[in-house]
Amino acid sequence: MTRLVQSSPQTGAYLADFDRLVTARSATEASWLRNLRRKGIEHFADAGFPTTRDEEWKFTSVAPIADRHFAPAHDGQSGLTTDLVERWAGALGGYRLVLVNGVYAPQFSVGGLPAGVHVSSLRSILATNPAAVEPYLGRFAPPDRHAFTALNTGFLQDGAFVWIPPGTIVEQPISLLFVSASPETASVSHPRVLIVAGDRSQARIVEGYAGPPGQEYFTNAVTEVVVGSGAVVDHYKLQRESQRACHIGSMYVHGTRDSTFSSHSIAFGGALVRNDVIAVLDGEGGDYTLNGLYLVDGRRLIDNHTTIDHAKPHCGSHEMYKGILSGHARAVFNGKIIVRPDAQKTDAKQTNKALLLSDDARINTKPQLEIFANDVKCTHGAAVGQLDEDAIFYLRARGLDLQQARDMLIHAFAGDVLNRIRIDGLRTSLEEHLLSELPAAGRPAHHQ
Amino acid sequence: MTMLDIHNLHVRVGGKPILQGIDLCVDAGEVHAIMGPNGSGKSTLARALSGHPDYQVTEGEVSYEGRDLLAMDPEERAREGVFMAFQYPVEIPGVNNAYFLKAALNAIRKHRGQEELDAIEFMALMREKSTLLEIDQSMLTRSVNEGFSGGEKKRNEIFQMAVLEPRLAILDETDSGLDIDALKLVANGVNAMRSPERAIIVVTHYQRLLDYIVPDVVHVLSGGRIVKSGNRALALELEDKGYGWLEPEAAAAAPAAKT
Repeated sequence: MTRLVQSSPQTGAYLADFDRLVTARSATEASWLRNLRRKGIEHFADAGFPTTRDEEWKFTSVAPIADRHFAPAHDGQSGLTTDLVERWAGALGGYRLVLVNGVYAPQFSVGGLPAGVHVSSLRSILATNPAAVEPYLGRFAPPDRHAFTALNTGFLQDGAFVWIPPGTIVEQPISLLFVSASPETASVSHPRVLIVAGDRSQARIVEGYAGPPGQEYFTNAVTEVVVGSGAVVDHYKLQRESQRACHIGSMYVHGTRDSTFSSHSIAFGGALVRNDVIAVLDGEGGDYTLNGLYLVDGRRLIDNHTTIDHAKPHCGSHEMYKGILSGHARAVFNGKIIVRPDAQKTDAKQTNKALLLSDDARINTKPQLEIFANDVKCTHGAAVGQLDEDAIFYLRARGLDLQQARDMLIHAFAGDVLNRIRIDGLRTSLEEHLLSELPAAGRPAHHQ
Repeated sequence: MTMLDIHNLHVRVGGKPILQGIDLCVDAGEVHAIMGPNGSGKSTLARALSGHPDYQVTEGEVSYEGRDLLAMDPEERAREGVFMAFQYPVEIPGVNNAYFLKAALNAIRKHRGQEELDAIEFMALMREKSTLLEIDQSMLTRSVNEGFSGGEKKRNEIFQMAVLEPRLAILDETDSGLDIDALKLVANGVNAMRSPERAIIVVTHYQRLLDYIVPDVVHVLSGGRIVKSGNRALALELEDKGYGWLEPEAAAAAPAAKT
């Protein structure tokens, strides 16, 4: 097979893996998919892994990913028990699709979808009815935008496809859980999610990522969400990867007229984590909420980049990201809001707050407003601080001990984001998880 | 029975000496008023007794029910029955007032070997105590003190005191900034707590509060020392004459305290 682009030491192994993948699969696949995949790998080979000279990656070095080769994950599910998967999935009720190492795992999945709603592995829809996804796949996550999206597109094989027909209201949450489990080798999976919510439909989708504690692997996920006219979609991303894993997740949201979308991005795991949310309000009357909460300790790094693109008039966006940092943890927040010349009467609000529980934790935070319309309301605020000593004393003076007082304040800080989660079971399980993590995170560094 | 016995208490704040030898004895069942001009050390005394970390005791002893109060952490003092109503109650965004108070009450009950209250028992207690101070339900579900008016904050302090039922209550200028209606509510709340087993220390700048909470003993603080003690008539005299007439006595009582 002729390669169109030169490889570098960092990208070469991935290109070789790509060649093997294409050889194995191309005979049975639609040509548009082959082309899409080829565009992805070519762009990746062209761009290479980003470096800190790239403005978008200024504070996040991806060297831990680029300087080694993660082999393609295999279907093996060693060490995974139903108990473990149940714990990651949470008792949310509703439909659940589980993929292990990027491959559909029916034994962990739970059925029960309302009539007309389609949820399946991406691999199965590509095999049975590729025309259903062709109009969407790769259209909102352009392969030339982001090297990791390009890489994901190159290796696009499996993931999840969610289709909510027009006018359908799905009461129960739909869970998509991506588990990585490869105890022997450090491997990579490239899960791809496509969610299409038809006009006037309504759904809540929980996208989870998890892996056994201590395992090293790389998850490179891309999600595309298409929100139809008048549709309401609540999206929850729950990242509980192993604390030694690398996780790059990019979500591309495209909304048309009067669409309502909310994203709740909760990040607890991972050694090196980058989340991109890119939301385009491409119809009048849209209303988008992007919320996020991350908890990071040790020497881990969590980077959140968000872009809200107001392309049409009369749309609102509300953004609130909060981080809790301890130890030598690092975090990055970059919140871009674009208001296009046409997007008059935009109302955009962004808040970013970080709580530093140790002197050695560090955050780089940047609002980035690019406003090309003149009749708009855009506000942003960033705050970085420590626990309020006066509040701690007040609580202690009422009988709570130091640890209880700190936990209560951290919990309150996170509450701004957690209280907006509209799936009760999910909110409760996240609160419990947060509280269980606090005994470590809440203590001053010198006690650890 | 002596509840609180303060002997020769010296306290520094930010390295600066503020209290310079306080001697004070409070018996169970008594209400003591501590008055004095601005900067005399009234609030320093209250905060030092509550265990605020910025208030450094450099000399002296404080015995509370026969135990060394100064050796206790702030939470242990609270659990042992010491309550300070803050001069400036702290706003705690995101912490629900009722949730906070339930956690505090149960921490105290647990310390005393009592059963913790469940949600239903606690709500019943809240309803009972909130009526007296005209605390409405919305105040209970809001974040602690957040967005409360000055009067609401002070009422919330006294409400907490009513729920936690301390044995020694220290009110740090609870009357400042209150209009007459709020002052009466607060005074009613405090008077309802008076009992032979409980002592109350009222720190105030103004005599007015003492029209409603009638003290057994009045002390005047000046230059970090108690320069005069007396009965309620002393407070009225201060109202009449101000604090100026005490200055020579203060100077005589504390020649070293001049700054």
